Amino acid sequence: MADQALPIRGTLDLTPAQSKRDGMLEILHDWITTVDHKKLGILYILYAILFLLVGGAEALFIRIQLAFPNNHFMSPQVYNRFFTMHGTTMVFLMGMPAIFGFANYLVPLMIGARDMAFPRLNAFSFWMTAFGGLFIYYSFLGGSGLYGVGNAPDVGWFAYAPLTARAFSPGNATDYWAVGLIASGFGTIGSGINIVATIFSMRCKGMTLMRMPLFVWLNLTVSALVLITITPLTAAQIMLCIDRYLGGHFFDTQAGGSAVVWMHFFWIFGHPEVYVLVLPAFAIANEIIPVFSRKAIFGYPAMVTASVGIAFISLSVWAHHMFTVGMTSASNAFFTLSTMLVGIPTGIKIFNWLATMWGGKIRFATPMLFMTAFLFQFLIAGLTGIMLSVSPWDWQLHNSYFVVAHFHYVLVGAILTAIFGGLYFWFPKVTGRMMDERLGKINFWLFLIGFHLTFDVMHIPGILGMPRSIYTYEANRGWGTLNLIVSIGAAIQGIAVLIFAYNMVISLFKGEKAGNDPWDAWTLEWACSSPPPSYNFATEPVVISRRPLWDLKHPEDPDWKYE
Amino acid sequence: MSAVPIIPDAPQEQPWHLPSRGRVAMYCLILGESAIFIIFVVAYVFYIGKSLTGPTPQQVLEIPIFNSICLFSSSVTIMLAERHIEHNRIKQFGLWWAATIVLGLIFLIGTGAEWYKLIYKDGLTISTNLFGTTFYSLVGLHASHVIVGLIGLSLVLAFTITGHVNEKHSERIQILALYWHFVDAIWVVVFTVVYILGR
Amino acid sequence: MLLERHRAKRVTALLFALAAFILPRAYASGPQATPSIFAPDSTPAIGIYGLSLFVLQITGAIFLVVAGLLTYVIIRYRVKNNDDGREPAQIYGSTQVELAWTVIPILIVVVLFLTTARMIFAIQDAPRPTTALDVSVVGHQFWWEFRYPQQGIVAANELHVPVSSTGQPNPTYMKLLSADVDHSFWVPQLAGKTDLIPNHVNEMWIDPLHTGLYVGQCAQFCGTEHAKMLLRVYVDSPDQFAAWVKNQQLPAVQDPAVAAGRHVFETQACMNCHTIRGTVGTGHFGPDLTHLMSRDTLASGAALNNPQNLRQWIKDPDSFKPGSLMPAMQLNDEQLDQLTAYLATLK
Repeated sequence: MADQALPIRGTLDLTPAQSKRDGMLEILHDWITTVDHKKLGILYILYAILFLLVGGAEALFIRIQLAFPNNHFMSPQVYNRFFTMHGTTMVFLMGMPAIFGFANYLVPLMIGARDMAFPRLNAFSFWMTAFGGLFIYYSFLGGSGLYGVGNAPDVGWFAYAPLTARAFSPGNATDYWAVGLIASGFGTIGSGINIVATIFSMRCKGMTLMRMPLFVWLNLTVSALVLITITPLTAAQIMLCIDRYLGGHFFDTQAGGSAVVWMHFFWIFGHPEVYVLVLPAFAIANEIIPVFSRKAIFGYPAMVTASVGIAFISLSVWAHHMFTVGMTSASNAFFTLSTMLVGIPTGIKIFNWLATMWGGKIRFATPMLFMTAFLFQFLIAGLTGIMLSVSPWDWQLHNSYFVVAHFHYVLVGAILTAIFGGLYFWFPKVTGRMMDERLGKINFWLFLIGFHLTFDVMHIPGILGMPRSIYTYEANRGWGTLNLIVSIGAAIQGIAVLIFAYNMVISLFKGEKAGNDPWDAWTLEWACSSPPPSYNFATEPVVISRRPLWDLKHPEDPDWKYE
Repeated sequence: MSAVPIIPDAPQEQPWHLPSRGRVAMYCLILGESAIFIIFVVAYVFYIGKSLTGPTPQQVLEIPIFNSICLFSSSVTIMLAERHIEHNRIKQFGLWWAATIVLGLIFLIGTGAEWYKLIYKDGLTISTNLFGTTFYSLVGLHASHVIVGLIGLSLVLAFTITGHVNEKHSERIQILALYWHFVDAIWVVVFTVVYILGR
Repeated sequence: MLLERHRAKRVTALLFALAAFILPRAYASGPQATPSIFAPDSTPAIGIYGLSLFVLQITGAIFLVVAGLLTYVIIRYRVKNNDDGREPAQIYGSTQVELAWTVIPILIVVVLFLTTARMIFAIQDAPRPTTALDVSVVGHQFWWEFRYPQQGIVAANELHVPVSSTGQPNPTYMKLLSADVDHSFWVPQLAGKTDLIPNHVNEMWIDPLHTGLYVGQCAQFCGTEHAKMLLRVYVDSPDQFAAWVKNQQLPAVQDPAVAAGRHVFETQACMNCHTIRGTVGTGHFGPDLTHLMSRDTLASGAALNNPQNLRQWIKDPDSFKPGSLMPAMQLNDEQLDQLTAYLATLK
C-alpha cells in the first residue's frame, strides 16, 4: 500500500475538499449545466450503465425466446426490434459512452491538465450523445409515424439496404435509427476532436508524447480513429435519409443504385468501430496490469507502435464482413491478408502484457481478476477472429452463431470485462470510497461462469448451421439444448451485472474510505485527492518520466534514469 | 501559475511548447469532414453513368468557370487578410475579409442559379435519377459548408466593423481561415469529379 | 488456485466438446438433420472443411502456448503470503524478445494466408464443366424461386439437383438474384453461403455426393420472417431427377372434378400473385403453384404440405408464418374446401 508519508498531497493538492450542502434542485442544475470533465465523465459512465441494463434486458428477452425451438414468447416483429435495438444500444449507447466516460474523466488527470481543451464542446458532445440515444428509444413510443405501422427499428444493427428503403421499411422506425445515430455521431465527433486537442495541447510540463501513460496514447489513437470512422457512418446515414425523405436513389436497387455500396460504407465505419471500442479496453489493461504486477509496462514503445498500427490496419479490413457478397477472388484474398495482419500487433500486445506480469508480484484484487479474464478471453476472441479471416471458412461461418459468439467474445469478454475492471480500479478515485471487494469477487466469478456458459457454447450452434437474427428455429435441427445452455448463462450474467450495479450503489455510501492512492499506482490521477477537486491540480505538475509517482515513491531508483 | 515540480532534484528540461488547441481541433475537424466528403465523392464516382434514365451530365451540366474562379480567389483574399491582421492593420484586414465574403456569396449565388436552371429548365431533381441524387447531395454538401463558412466569416466582419477585432485575435482568425481554405480545397475535388471526370 | 483449475477444466471441456461435435460428423456421409459445416458432402464444403481443420490446429496450438504461458505466470508470480513488500525488479523491455514475438506471428500469417488464398481460388474460380446444370435462384421475402433455364422449369422452395460422384462430376451452377432485399443461400453441408443481392448477380456451385435431403436456410436478415425462409435441397439419382424434370415440365393437371376450386383460384386475388400454368393465373409475387403437390412443405418449409395445412395456410397464413406477405384471403368455408381440393390435385 501507498506510503502516506510521501509528499503527494503537499505538492499537488493544496486545498482540502470542501463539503457543500445544496438542495436537490441546485445539485441537479449543477450536473446539467456542468462543463467539468470529471462530472461529464461520470455522466457518460452512468448513461452507459443505464443502457447496459436496458440492452442487457433486451438480450435476456432474446435469450428467453431462443431457449426453446418454435417458442412463442415473442412475435417475430418484436424479436426483430429487440435484436436491432440490442445491437444498436450496446455499440452506440453503451460502448461508445463508456469509453468516452473513461477518456473524459482520466485523460486530463493523467496528463496533468485542469480540464479538457474545450469544456463547453465537451458538454455539448455529451448532451448530443444523450439526445441521440433517447431519441432512438423514443421510437418505441412514437415510431408508428403517419403510416400507422412499424415501431422501434427492426432492420438489424447494420441495416442492410434495401431493407431500409421506404418500400420495405414503411413508417418512421428506420428514420429514428438513422437520425438518432447522426445526432449521437455529432456528439462522438465532438468528443473525438476534444480529446485529440486536449492530448496535444493541454499536457503539463515535461509530459512529452513518449512519456504519456499508455492509456492516453490509446485514447489519442481511438479519438483520431473516431474522426475518420464515425464520419463515413454519418455520411451514409445522410444518404439513407436523402433516399427516405427526398426520394434519392443511393441505395435504390430499382433505379440502378447498389445495395453493396451501403455495405461498404457501413463496414468502413463498422470495422474500425470495433477497434474504437477495443483499444480503450487495451488502455484500461495497460494501466491496471502494471500496477497489480508491480512492474513497469514491458516494451512501452512497442505498445505505442502496435496500438497506432492496429488503428491503421483496421482501416483496410472492412470487407472481411463481406466475403459472402460475391467479391472477386482477388479482393477476398486481399481482405483475408489485411485481416490476418491485425493479428500481429495484437499478438505483440498480448505478449507484452504477459511479459509485464512475468517476474512481477501479482496481486489479485478485483480489477486484476477482471484483467486476467480479459487476457484469456481476448486471446480466444482473437483466435476465432483468425478463423473468420480465412475467407472460405467465413463463407460457412459468416452470419452464423459462430460469428455472434466471436464478436460477443470481443465485446463482452474483452471490452465489457475490461470496463468492469476499470470501474473497480478507478471507482475509489471518482468517489473517494472503495468498492466492496467481497461483492466484487462474487460479481467477477458469476460473470465469468455466465460468460463462458453463454459464449463458449454459442460457437457450436453456428458450426451446426444456425444463422443469426432468426426469431425461432426448427426442433429437429439439434440446436435446442445448446441454446438452452446459452440462455441459462445469459441469466447468470444478468445476475452478475445486477450485483455490480448494487455494489456500486452500496459502496458509494458505505464503502471503505479510499485515500488518494489506494492501489499504490503511478500515474498522475493518483496524486490528486479522491475525488479530485474541480480544478484537478492546485499547482501545475511537472513530470520527467512515464511514471511520475514511481519516481516520487522511489527516489533511489527513479524511472527517468532508464527511459 | 506557478509550476511546482514533483521531484525537486530532477534534471532541468527544455522549454515547453504545445500546439494551439484551436489549430489542433480545426485540423481534426478537417480530417473528419474530409472523410465525409470522401464517402460522397466515392458514391458520386461509383454511380457515374449508372443512371437508368436521363438527363445525363453531358446534356445538362455547364462548367461553372466564373464561379470557381471566385471561390479559388477567395482563398487568396483571405490569405491577404490574415497577413494584415498579423500586423494589426485592421482596416486592410476588414477590406480583404469583406472581399472574401463577397466572393463566397457570388459562388453561392452562382450555384443557386445553376440549380435553378437544372431544376426548372432541365427537369433534374434529386429524385430524378442517380445522377440527380449524387449531384445535388455532393454539390449541396459542399454548398452547405460554404454557407457555414460564410456565417463564420460574417461574424468576424461584424466584430471588425464594430471595432472588436485586433492583433490578438489573429490566431483565431487564422484558424477560421483554415476552414475556408479547406472549403476551397474541397471544391477542387468536387469540381474535378463532377464537371471534368463525370461529364 | 481456483482460477487455474477453472482454466484447465475449461480447456479440457472445450476439447471434449470439439471432439464430440466434429469427429462423429466428420466421417458421416450423406445428408443430416443437423446441417453441420463439419459434415461436408460436396466439393466446396469438403475443401473448406479441410482448410478449417488446418486453421483449427494452428490456432489451437497458439492457444495452448499462450494460455499455458499466462497460466504459468499467474501461478508462478502471484504475490506470496510471506512477501517482503519490496517492489520487484523493473524491466522496461527487450528488443530481442519483442522482435521474436513479432517475427513468429508474421511467419504464421504467411502460412495461413497462402493456404487460404489457394482455397479461395480453388473454389471461387473453379472451371465450369460444360455438362453442369444451371439454376437461377431468386430470393423473395420470404421464399425461394428456382428457375431451370435449360429445362424451362420454375420451382419454389425445394431445389432438386442431380447427384455427383467423384468419377462423374455433375455440378449445379447457381446464379443468385434477388427480387427485393438481401438474402443468403446457405446449405452448410454443400457449400459456404453466398448472398442474393438485388441488382447484383452472384454465382456459386455445388456437387452433392449423396442422394437425399440437405437442409439450410436464408442467412442474411431479410425482414420479419427471415427465420422461416428455410431451404431444402433434394439430391436425386439421375433417374429420379429426370423423372422430376419431366413432371415439372408438364402443364397443371386439369381435373373436372375440382373445377369449382379452379374457379375460385381464377376469380379471387390468388391469380395476381401465383402462376398455375394452363390457367389465367400468371402472377410472380408468390411461388409457382403448377406442381404444388410435388413439394413436401408449404411456405418455404414452415409447414408440411398436406391438405389440412394447405387449407389452414390459405385461411390464415399468419398461423404458420406471422408476417409473411401472403394475405389472409377471407374466403368462406365452402370456397376454402373447393380451393384446397383443387390445389391438392396439382401433382
